[in-house]
Amino acid sequence: MSSNTAASVVDAPEASHGGHHDPVANKIGMWLFLFTEVLLFGALFIAFAVYLSIYRWDFQEASAHLDMPIGAANTAILLTSSLTMALAIAALSRANKKLALHLLVVTLLLAAAFLVLKSFEWGHKFSHDLYPRSATMELKAEGEQVFYGLYFTMTGLHALHVLLGGAAILFAMGLIWKDRIRPDRISFLENVGLYWHLVDLVWIFLFPLFYLIG
Amino acid sequence: MTTAAVPLTPAVPDYLRAKQGLLAWLTTTDHKRIGIMYMIGMLVFFLFAACMAIIFRLELYSPGQQLVENDVYNRLLTLHGVAMIFLFIIPGIPAVFGNFFLPIMIGAEDVAFPRLNLLSWYCYLIGGLLALVAVMTGGPDTGWTFYVPYSMSTEHNVLIPMAAAFILGWSSILTGLNFVTTVHRMRSKEMGWFQMPLFIWSLYATGWVQLLATPVVGITLVLVLLDKYVGVAIFNPASGGDPILYQHMFWIYSHPAVYIMILPAMGVVSEIIPTFSRKTIFGYKFIAFSSIAIASIGSLVWAHHMFTSGMADVARIVFSFLTFFVAVPSAVKVFNWLATMYKGSIYLGPPMVWALTFIFLFSIGGLTGLINGALSLDLHIHDTSFVVAHFHYTMFGGTIVIFFAAMHYWWPKMFGRLYNMRSAYVAAGLFFIGFNLTYFPLFIAGMRGMPRRYADYLPEYLVYHRLSTIGSWILVSSILLMLGNLLHSLFKGRRAEDNPWGGATLEWQTQTPPPVLNFNGEPDLSRGPYEYPTEVEA
Repeated sequence: MSSNTAASVVDAPEASHGGHHDPVANKIGMWLFLFTEVLLFGALFIAFAVYLSIYRWDFQEASAHLDMPIGAANTAILLTSSLTMALAIAALSRANKKLALHLLVVTLLLAAAFLVLKSFEWGHKFSHDLYPRSATMELKAEGEQVFYGLYFTMTGLHALHVLLGGAAILFAMGLIWKDRIRPDRISFLENVGLYWHLVDLVWIFLFPLFYLIG
Repeated sequence: MTTAAVPLTPAVPDYLRAKQGLLAWLTTTDHKRIGIMYMIGMLVFFLFAACMAIIFRLELYSPGQQLVENDVYNRLLTLHGVAMIFLFIIPGIPAVFGNFFLPIMIGAEDVAFPRLNLLSWYCYLIGGLLALVAVMTGGPDTGWTFYVPYSMSTEHNVLIPMAAAFILGWSSILTGLNFVTTVHRMRSKEMGWFQMPLFIWSLYATGWVQLLATPVVGITLVLVLLDKYVGVAIFNPASGGDPILYQHMFWIYSHPAVYIMILPAMGVVSEIIPTFSRKTIFGYKFIAFSSIAIASIGSLVWAHHMFTSGMADVARIVFSFLTFFVAVPSAVKVFNWLATMYKGSIYLGPPMVWALTFIFLFSIGGLTGLINGALSLDLHIHDTSFVVAHFHYTMFGGTIVIFFAAMHYWWPKMFGRLYNMRSAYVAAGLFFIGFNLTYFPLFIAGMRGMPRRYADYLPEYLVYHRLSTIGSWILVSSILLMLGNLLHSLFKGRRAEDNPWGGATLEWQTQTPPPVLNFNGEPDLSRGPYEYPTEVEA
């Protein structure tokens, strides 16, 4: 494709309609979208707070059985991935395409590492017969059941976001490769970065709430 | 600089004639065409939901069982609620008239994200089709609120309607995101915030509520589904969950959602009343800020739906107080509309008749809302047909009436045709009679203890239910007459001029129907949105 049409990938629909490029509008749109994500998780955090106040001791008991070292390792991994993401944006805005792509590959690898550790953790729980409606689960105290309910829901939803964020990074890499994202048209990559930082930020709250209250 | 010099014969084809064919419509990113596609979808779902209401109103014609079994009755009223609220009233005015007129009224060529706009429509379509599938497969019987534990214990399928509501939520979020960004970025350079038409202010406030409230209900519905079908313990009391928490999380969205429904309607009224009074709007800034005030205070009153659910007294009193407080900005609007009409040169065109109908019906709805909001009274009337009457006066008498008003106001601009005036007046008059006959008796029945959602009743409530059922026939005939009249105008209607009502906002400056890029040349912004020439043109 010619670089002419390529330039308009992110925000140029039909030739006649809204064919202009407005990075500020893209940024506003992304921030508004992030607000919705914050509220999505916010509702879950409210549920967590309510149940924590009802089932304080059950939550502590259940939390003590989560794998804290894995959780801590995942925290470090995600924080580092946010750093590489930010560096990638900085590199591309200085027109260093190769370095930016390398940093994004590192970000993707870190995301994959996060998911692998997460799946070990879930697998470990499942192998101990701890999953929704399992025989062991139904014998647990009510508060512990709710704790695991929230644990599977919130970390699961977060993992889904890691997956979607990874897909967005991959897509952005393709666009950088084809020079559709360039130093002068970087808003798409910046938005992917914002999304990635949100994924990171949510985890920073999930980690202490689930792993450190035991 | 005046646009009067622009020739009326269009140099470019209007948006209806630009690119023909079904495919061109289904892949369009033209906000006007998307608005029209929303309108078609909404009217279909509206008639479908109205049919269900007609059926269960017939069932209530006499005590005992006449037409449908109890279980079918419950499912009918659930789907009536789901379809009316999620498919018509919530998206209604922003998706149809907001889409069509927001860019034109701020002098823009389109919304900020045209393709996202089309995606919203497809979300809407998929959600609507899923709701239809839900009907085909029996449908749930929980009421539109999907309260836990009903939704946990019911044998009926709640997966499909809840998934429908979830997807419709996406449509709503994307529309809100698009509109907020559009208002920030796409306004004509010469249009400051306080030169915006008030309809735009109301869409802007609505957009924020859509953005901030919808995700909460989205995740709440997902949690119910996870709990019911996967067994993840969240709300189910059998595994330690708290059903009251579900109610809170549901209403944290669903109460602000009533402002998603009513704010755009109030914006339309703020356009129609000055145009038909030939007088500038009274208290522009108060109306603009009252939209923001309603949006923000309205987000803090959700628990007044739960006064009888179990809550601390302090919390109930605070929520009752905040509920009263939200009536203040609403009343500001009503008084400003009345002050606008005062000493105006009023032309009672059909849109104005519908707008006045709104003020009358919505005032009744709003004032009975205060009765519901008063803690002590609510304990008596909670879950009675008083509440049913109240929210039909606000949602039907408010939002849907203004949807009709907006259709009559902007129809000539959208399609270039004028409808038959006499039929329009007759339909509006019949509607007014039918509406009050249908819903007013329910206030009295409710005060006397008639519970809502019951398929049967004691003989002493017969008179109210019978009046209401007869009223529903008049109501539905008036709506069919109105829609028939509008449809007929598409084929036989007189051609409309560019500005049949003498409006001063930008959409009346462009040709009728508008060209693909909305304006032939630059719109003239030297005149404010409510500055009318001193002499009445009509």
